[in-house]
Amino acid sequence: MIIDAIDNEQVEMLLNDVLEAHGYDFLEYSHASIKRRITRLYSLDSFVSFAEFRYAVKTDKQYFKRFLEEITVNVTEMFRDPTFYKSLRNDVLPALGTYPFIRIWVAGCSTGEEAYSLAILLKELNLLNKSLIYATDINPSVLEKAKKGMFPLNYLKGYSENYVQSGGQKDFSSYYTANYSLVKFDESLSSKMIFSTHNLVSDHSFNEFQLILCRNVLIYFDKDLQHKVFQLFDNSLEKLGYLALGSKESLDFWANAKDYKRIKNEKIWRKL
Amino acid sequence: MAETLTQGKCSALVIGGSAGSLDVLLEIFPSLSVNINFPIILVTHRKAGNDSLLTELLKNRTNLTVREAKEKEKLLPGYVYIAPADYHLLVENDHTISLDYSEKINYSRPSIDVTFQSAAEVFKNELVCILLSGSNADGVEGLKTVNKYGGLVLIQNPETASMAYMPQQAVNEVKPHLILDSYKMAGYINRLIHK
Repeated sequence: MIIDAIDNEQVEMLLNDVLEAHGYDFLEYSHASIKRRITRLYSLDSFVSFAEFRYAVKTDKQYFKRFLEEITVNVTEMFRDPTFYKSLRNDVLPALGTYPFIRIWVAGCSTGEEAYSLAILLKELNLLNKSLIYATDINPSVLEKAKKGMFPLNYLKGYSENYVQSGGQKDFSSYYTANYSLVKFDESLSSKMIFSTHNLVSDHSFNEFQLILCRNVLIYFDKDLQHKVFQLFDNSLEKLGYLALGSKESLDFWANAKDYKRIKNEKIWRKL
Repeated sequence: MAETLTQGKCSALVIGGSAGSLDVLLEIFPSLSVNINFPIILVTHRKAGNDSLLTELLKNRTNLTVREAKEKEKLLPGYVYIAPADYHLLVENDHTISLDYSEKINYSRPSIDVTFQSAAEVFKNELVCILLSGSNADGVEGLKTVNKYGGLVLIQNPETASMAYMPQQAVNEVKPHLILDSYKMAGYINRLIHK
């Protein structure tokens, strides 16, 4: 059976190799999820033995690139959880509109769908011209895709529905041009984005923001690592700034959660 | 096949279902004993956004605590955890829950396979899994893993299930310990209570 082709000790070995050889620390990721990703990749790539897989991950730079891309989850959507975007549109962004300059960090941006959604909201609120979106991810290959702003056409129907449900009133197709099976989003949106690699596990705070979005990233981390990342966000967030998490993630149980006030019914917290 | 299976104690029960499984759950829940001393995890296919609905429906039919599974919470005996729509549910070695938003499996998220497999690796021969009515093949691979680890595999009788496909696939491909009609399930689950 494929699922337990790799046991817990081998996972540990592999992750230690990855840390030593490449400097990426996955040891504090949720074990069950990362084990499943590793097992899946091992079977997808039809390795004959664990030893061969381990050797490739350790020594083959090209293969490690693939490893990094495949063991991190890069599933995302535009306007995912429409009520969340509604709250950004109605509550959060208008409050940021009073600042002369708006700095936003999309941490773990993957292929960029959330960054583009956010840029669309900012544009509709006439705030895009004074905003900068820092979109970061551990994984350089997804950032390359994010920079291009090109997404598969067959997803657009769903994204467009999300957009409407989130309170969008424009014609969604006015934001992109379709080209065969892909659409390309308007460059006025990406012109306000800065893409860069950033590893939430090992990299430090690099700026102060008024809004940090980090959605469906922390579910892959264990509790201790989650709390370290909350501290990193805390150090990167201005007073009265907002922190937005995924629909199943929460600041609860973090020691400094008392310094944050949650927006009703949404996974958005304001720093007091 | 004997209905009085004696294995080790039951440390967790996972129930997976798709189309046609809600009726079975509504039938089972009122008869579940409040003395159940293992956690129950429910993985059912449904549209995102209807989470609270299923939780509410089941809550009103049992005295066990029913709630949507929260990220990183520890599984407790006598609690019923519902996998949230649009997330896979995995079990960690320390019996906490991890949620995962990775690719759909068998067009499904949550996928029954993912939870069956993950729970099998953790609970091994102390796991009981039940696969209910449904119209896709999710759960079959997971049950194979459960079998391999010595867990107990129960499948709803395809002949009386409202959607036969899923349990039938499982019956064809996995060697179940028991094929059960829905009206016998609650009694069976209650007999899993250990001292």
